[in-house]
Amino acid sequence: MTKPDFVYVTYIATTPEKVWQALIDPALARQYWADPKGGCARVNVSDWQPGSRWEHQRLDGTVDILGKVVETTPPSRLVITWARPTEVEDEAKHSRVTFDIEPYSDGLVRLMVTHADLERDPEMLKGISGGWPIVLSNLKTLLESGHALPGSPVAS
Amino acid sequence: MDIDKVFKALADPTRRRLLDQLHSESGQTLTALCEHMDMSRQAVTQHLQQLEEANLVAIVWQGREKLHYLNPVPLHEIYTRWIEKFEHGRLDALHNLKQRLEGDDNDKT
Repeated sequence: MTKPDFVYVTYIATTPEKVWQALIDPALARQYWADPKGGCARVNVSDWQPGSRWEHQRLDGTVDILGKVVETTPPSRLVITWARPTEVEDEAKHSRVTFDIEPYSDGLVRLMVTHADLERDPEMLKGISGGWPIVLSNLKTLLESGHALPGSPVAS
Repeated sequence: MDIDKVFKALADPTRRRLLDQLHSESGQTLTALCEHMDMSRQAVTQHLQQLEEANLVAIVWQGREKLHYLNPVPLHEIYTRWIEKFEHGRLDALHNLKQRLEGDDNDKT
């Protein structure tokens, strides 16, 4: 494993299964996975089998990011590669995202997102570094309160 | 996580410097961090411990190396809770000030 470029950790008062579901189920993702620049939500679409393709889609089906499912261990670990649609064939430019979900004390779940191999694509590095904290904060709010954030695409 | 711990962790210049160090290069070992700090290794360890308890620093083990990462998620939570909602009025005020000052300049030229 190469040294990660970014690590994000949040503690959520919920269950590992609910965090897992929120990552892979478009009906949940659209309630919290906001575009960092505002605007429409993103969802993750795949059959989540190792080797399968996954797509980070807008609600109109436009694909912003895609990649391959590397590892699926519900509800504790999901590993995917991360690429622009134009560079899907060029695996040397793909980065890698790992979601680690583990029970923590006091009914909390620790969710750690690591993003590695971004040095292959400095522009992507800039783009994602602002995005993950927003996505994780919104996810925490959704799972703890049951409500989408005000201002998120489906809140109103 | 306890937001009081986040504010407490931030209320110290040494810990803020450590966060700056990790912002300029994330994923550093204790030894690397100590090179920039004018204090004992033990003191740096204690500050890092407090940052870790506040979830501002996340640890990743790479073999036997303990790497420290800046975790900006609590900072984002502070931003949305304590800054963003107060920001609109202030941005309006700045905008009006800018317009007035630039308007004056225009009058002179």
